[in-house]
Amino acid sequence: MHRKPAAIAAAAAFAAATALSSTAALAQEPVKIGMVTTLSTGAGYLGDHVRKGFELALEQSGAADRVELLVEDDGLDPAQASQLTQRMVERDGVKLMTGSIFSNVAMATIPKLVRNNDVVYVSPNAGPAPLAGKGCHPKYFNVAWQNDNLAEVMGQYATDQGYERVYLLAPQYQAGKDSLAGFKRFFKGEVVDEVYTKLGQTDYAPEIAELRDAAPDAVYFFYPGGMGINFMKQFAQAGLADKIPALGPAFSFDDTLLDAVGDAAIGFYNGSQWSPDLDNEPNRKFVAAYIAKYDEYPTLYSSQGYDAGNLIVSALTETGWSTDDTDALAAAIKKAEFDSVRGDFRFGNNNHPIQDLYVREVYKDETGNITNRMVAEVFEDHQDAYAAECEM
Amino acid sequence: MLLFLEQLLNGVQLSVTLLLMASGLTLIFGIMSLLNLAHGSLFMTGAFVAAWVSGETGSWALGLLAGAGAAFAVGLLIETVVMRRLYDRDHLDQVLATFGLILFFNEMVRLVWGIRPMRLDVPDALSGFVEVVPGAPYPVYRLVVIGAGLAVMLALGWLVRGTRIGMRIRAGSVDREMIGALGVDIGRLYSLVFALGALLAGLAGVLAGPFLAVQSGMGEPILILAFVVVVIGGIGSLKGAVVGSLVVGLTDTLGRVYLPDILAFLFGEGAAEAGAAALSSMLIFLVMAVVLAVFPSGLYGRKG
Repeated sequence: MHRKPAAIAAAAAFAAATALSSTAALAQEPVKIGMVTTLSTGAGYLGDHVRKGFELALEQSGAADRVELLVEDDGLDPAQASQLTQRMVERDGVKLMTGSIFSNVAMATIPKLVRNNDVVYVSPNAGPAPLAGKGCHPKYFNVAWQNDNLAEVMGQYATDQGYERVYLLAPQYQAGKDSLAGFKRFFKGEVVDEVYTKLGQTDYAPEIAELRDAAPDAVYFFYPGGMGINFMKQFAQAGLADKIPALGPAFSFDDTLLDAVGDAAIGFYNGSQWSPDLDNEPNRKFVAAYIAKYDEYPTLYSSQGYDAGNLIVSALTETGWSTDDTDALAAAIKKAEFDSVRGDFRFGNNNHPIQDLYVREVYKDETGNITNRMVAEVFEDHQDAYAAECEM
Repeated sequence: MLLFLEQLLNGVQLSVTLLLMASGLTLIFGIMSLLNLAHGSLFMTGAFVAAWVSGETGSWALGLLAGAGAAFAVGLLIETVVMRRLYDRDHLDQVLATFGLILFFNEMVRLVWGIRPMRLDVPDALSGFVEVVPGAPYPVYRLVVIGAGLAVMLALGWLVRGTRIGMRIRAGSVDREMIGALGVDIGRLYSLVFALGALLAGLAGVLAGPFLAVQSGMGEPILILAFVVVVIGGIGSLKGAVVGSLVVGLTDTLGRVYLPDILAFLFGEGAAEAGAAALSSMLIFLVMAVVLAVFPSGLYGRKG
């Protein structure tokens, strides 16, 4: 007789405990975030830095346990990126994606993805023009820049400096032409010559001899990755580094490339939305924590990964760590209520940044490390040239 | 006119780098009938080891020795482990196997030195300028590369023409069965020739390192040009490699510079802009096609 209540109590306690533990388990079910990024090939460090910045943001905000970050390498291959992204969405049920580094990969993946699936995409790097203009989408965000921005800022800088004759060089492909077009959009002087070299060219001695002969006031070049290393080394070896001011977008001037170029890179000017010495509290915290955690200087790619991470954390906090309602998630992302390492940051109508843009200079800091420092703020609250074409 | 002289110098400097690559390639192809796509990996090996050693020790000369030495050693190793098995196979098998080696070496340097490009600077003593052409300071280092490359090629010429080993190498390229029958150890001769070619490729890598991004895959662009040189010059001919290098180096350099102007003169500004970049990167292949049409086995190749 008097065993029964005890049994009932025990059963109730057991049931309650199971129920409680299962709700606890429900609350702890982490949110899945998919990151298909470029981790291999010569450009693999770009995706690596984005991931490092992203993971640092998750860790610092205490979100690391609430998020399950699925990372895959696209190998800079549009088909592979498409396949991996589709698999994450279909098999793993991911509804929030990030990671795209290269515009050709982004164009093969993102438009199709956001059109056909209930997914929100946050690009930490690639910002091709079509996605900012006619092809903009309410579920697609770019937290870095529109591709032309970092060229536009150098065009304006060249105008501000009073350079009258500028010599332009870029590889013969879409991004090269876009970059020179972006520069010319804000440069008011004369373009002495516009030289397109072979993509992947290694020897620039003939072009540099022509360039010296033309004696321009400044030279603007777009040579990302290994081409940038080759060009800068040969430009400096030709003795032009202290004779002709050389300008470029930040893509040729991250700390990884500067390390490979060495002293030859000192004195080059480049346009960026971020600099390690940008004077604001979130940036100081980011730079110190990044160096402490990874034992290397952050690059602009790290800063973009970090901002992408913090943006996503801010949105997930608002949606109660759920990605089920992607409309609510996109609305929360659009608010951009996070502490950007760039200071002021907001999204324009086309979900691309409205932000300040700067010119940086390559120098050797007191520890002998070759890195960038701020020279001037050129644009305040700059928006891209394609926003008007976007019907949002 | 002065600028033209400077561009000629730039062309010659590219030719010398190509010559170091192509001479090994042509010897290996001519003597062992081996199509070695991994020759660019030896170029890369030289540059990486030189960058690493000179970075660690601070001595450029040590880097040079280590880079060339490492390429020689790696050459011996892959000859023993891989190439030996390929001599009797057909060219398609050789292409597949040596393409595999390219992938292997590109991944290998990533594993050993990471994905960051390495730094290899111009040695301090050679970082100055001379006015070869008045008003156009030319980097001393580029002149040194031209000089060093020519010196190495003269030494190679002497080795092949003036020594007993050279006699065997030449004999091997004409009739390998016969010199085997005459008691020459063909296996050792092959190893030596392959490692010698590797050494030259490694040397080219070290010398070109200060101009270039020392990164995984850096050997492939130069390999393609070197193959064009070998085809133009004639397979197996050192003299052909010299002439072919000059043809390719000068055509590529001068073509890039002057083709836009020539096209603009002929067809007007707009057409030139669109066509010049595309055409100048094809130019050496057009030259190759013309040479092959007139001399089907290359300028100095053996008939048949």
